[in-house]
Order: sequence, then C-alpha cells, then structure tokens
Amino acid sequence: MDFSLIVLVVVVAALAFDFTNGFHDTANAMATSIATGALKPKVAVGISAVLNLVGAFLSIEVAKTISGGIVDDTKVTPVVIFAGLIGAIIWNLVTWLVGLPSSSSHALFGGLIGATWIASGADAVHFGKVVEKVLIPAVASPIVAGVVALVGTFLTYRITQKSRENVVGKGFKTGQVLSASLVSLAHGTNDAQKTMGVITLALIAGGTLAPGSNPPLWVIVACGLAIAAGTYLGGWRIIQTMGKKLTEIQTPQGFAAETSSAAVILASSHLGFALSTTHVTSGGIIGSGLGRKLAEVRWGVAGKMAVAWVLTLPAAAIVGALAAVISTQGSWGTVLVGGVGVVLALGIWLASRRNPVTAETINEPEAAEAAPVAV
Amino acid sequence: MNINWGALGEVFVVALVAAVVLTTLFAYGVRGLSERETARDQGGTGTLQLTGSVVCFAVCTAVVAYGIYLIVA
Repeated sequence: MDFSLIVLVVVVAALAFDFTNGFHDTANAMATSIATGALKPKVAVGISAVLNLVGAFLSIEVAKTISGGIVDDTKVTPVVIFAGLIGAIIWNLVTWLVGLPSSSSHALFGGLIGATWIASGADAVHFGKVVEKVLIPAVASPIVAGVVALVGTFLTYRITQKSRENVVGKGFKTGQVLSASLVSLAHGTNDAQKTMGVITLALIAGGTLAPGSNPPLWVIVACGLAIAAGTYLGGWRIIQTMGKKLTEIQTPQGFAAETSSAAVILASSHLGFALSTTHVTSGGIIGSGLGRKLAEVRWGVAGKMAVAWVLTLPAAAIVGALAAVISTQGSWGTVLVGGVGVVLALGIWLASRRNPVTAETINEPEAAEAAPVAV
Repeated sequence: MNINWGALGEVFVVALVAAVVLTTLFAYGVRGLSERETARDQGGTGTLQLTGSVVCFAVCTAVVAYGIYLIVA
C-alpha cells in the first residue's frame, strides 16, 4: 500500500476516535449541570464544544502525553497505529451503547498496546511504564477526586447551611456553569491533545514529519474540530448515567464536584501526571454524593463503572491486537479491518436507535431545583 | 519501574487546597448575598455583606484565572 495513503487512513481513523472521545466525554463536564437544570442540555453541550475547541489550541505538551514511552515508538508503524485506533473506537462505541463512562484515554492506550504487542512483540511494550503512567493513576485519580469533592461538598453545605434557599440555588447554578466550563476547557487541553499526539506519531512513522516534530497546525485544527463536533453531538446515554443514576445531584454538589475535578485535572497536568478525565469526574461525583451527609450513592452503578474501567484497557487491547493481526497481513488486511470497523460502528449506531436517549428525553420534567439540606 | 509517589501526593495536596479554597470562597460569597437580603429585609442597606460577597467572588475568579494561566503557560 502506498505510504502516504496509509498515513491518510490513520489520520481519518484518529479523527474518528477523537470524535467518539468527544461525545463519550461530554458527560464528564456537563452531566451534573444538565442533571441539576443549571444548563439546558443543548446549551450545555454547545458551551462544552466551544471550550473543547479552545482548549485544543491551548495545549503545548502534545506528543509527549501519547508517546510517553508506553510503547517503543521506534517499532511502531502506521498500520499498527491504525489497528490500535480501531480497537479504541470499537470499545468507545460499545461502552457508549450501554451508557458506561469508561476512559477514552485507556481505550486509546489499550488499543495501541495490543496492536504493538502483536505486531512487534511483547518487548515493544514497556509494561513498567504502563503501570506507572496508566494503572496507578487509574486507581488513584478517582479516589483523590472523590476525597477532594467530599471535603468541598461538606464545606459548601456547612457554610451555606443557614442561608436562604433561593439565593443558594441561584448562586450555585451560576457557580456550576462556571465550574463545568472549566472542566470542558481542561478536557480540551487534555484529550484533544492525545489524538494530536497519535496523528503526529503516525506522520513521523510514515516519514512525513521529522522525528520530534510538533504537530502541524492543520492537525491541531482538525483534532479540535473533531472533538468539538463529537462533544456537541452529546453522549446522552453516558450523561444520564453520570448525572442521574450514580447519585442524585443538587447544584451545590455539582459545583463542588466540578471544581474538584477541574482542580485535580489542572494540578495533575501541571505536575505531569497523566490522568483520565473520566475517572476524575466520576470520582468527584461520588465524593460529592458522600459529602452531602452521605447522600445515597448507588454503589451498584458505581461498581458497574469500576468493572468497565478495569476492562477498558485489556478489552481495547484485545480488539487492537486482533486488528493488528489482520491489518499487518498486507493492504487487503488493512482495508478489511477498516471495513469491519465501519460496519461495526454502523451496527452499534443502529442498535442505539432502538432505545434512543436524546437531549429531549435526558431529564424528566422534574429537573430538580436546588434545595440544600441541613448538614 | 519508578512510581512517582511524590508527584501523586503533590497532585492530591494541590487539588485539595485549590478546591477547598474555591468552594469555600464561593460558598461564603453566596452566603453573603443571602445575608444581604436578610439585612435589607430588616431595613439595613446590606452594603457590607455585598462587599464581602464581591471580594469572595473576585478572589475566586483570580484563583481560576491563575489555574488557566498554568495550563496555557
């Protein structure tokens, strides 16, 4: 297959992944705002899309996040990256269908690890780095965000305990809009960056760019637009899980959860820790549920999410590995994998139509007004 | 393998401090607005409470702006 053609295919696949990343992660920033009625669903995803786009342009440490030494980049070819992306996209779509907020970053890492392992052998995967950069943060980040949100929620309720309900409700609605926007911005700087890193890696592997190059402007623009488009489409299924099913959320809680998530993401990016935004925000929501005098957290739902988190990396790795086995057979293999990927994506989309969750049906009419309870 | 527990602890502390400062300031700001209404209902002006709120929100904004500065720079 022509070298530049395969690179083009990888770019298309990477942008497709970026798109699924966007609608998979809309929930991270906006689920609680939509659940509390602080923002109308369409307005929420619109704001989030714009801020994701802005965030994509703010990023600086692009390729570093993604290459980061998890796989041996001297042994990675465009075909392997393509196979890894297909694995990540399919896992993202499956978890979206069932409404699980799994980590897009882990899907991407998993897909790449699986594909590299099969194509170049186990020694091309740096397992020590996987533990250090992926597994430890995966366990630590929801706990850190949860504890921070618990403390924040507790203080918020404590301080406003004797204040007037209408003022508190209105005040924290505004606060929530601001804190959710901050999470969206952080998300853009973080996740759009990962796709840029993958495309840059493919361009380097394909010989279009010199090793160590920064992403060209068109890559930044394309990634920003893809993630913004995905975000605007809105992953309503996951928003429902995050905003309603995990725990009932009031505006002060939503504010505390989002502020905590934003603080954790910002602190970790600044100090060079690669965290999954999905894990951070889920932990934040659970923490804010606990902080409101141990408001009921539905541990069954939380448990299902945790299982999905554990499965994400290996599952995407297996799909990526399978894709790598076939696509490294030659051009026909790559075409076959691409074709199967498109058919699967279409099938999942059709399956989702049977039980649609949309902006109109996301909230029942009783969209809760904030009514703070005494702590 | 070299797990950087120090950095993890640092993330925890920085995030905790930032979130506590922000939520506390914002909550006091909201509380000030509420107390302003109470003061006005009792015939006062509520200017003191309003000033307190504005200061809280302003510091809050400054902290957020610094956070964004950290991502960009």
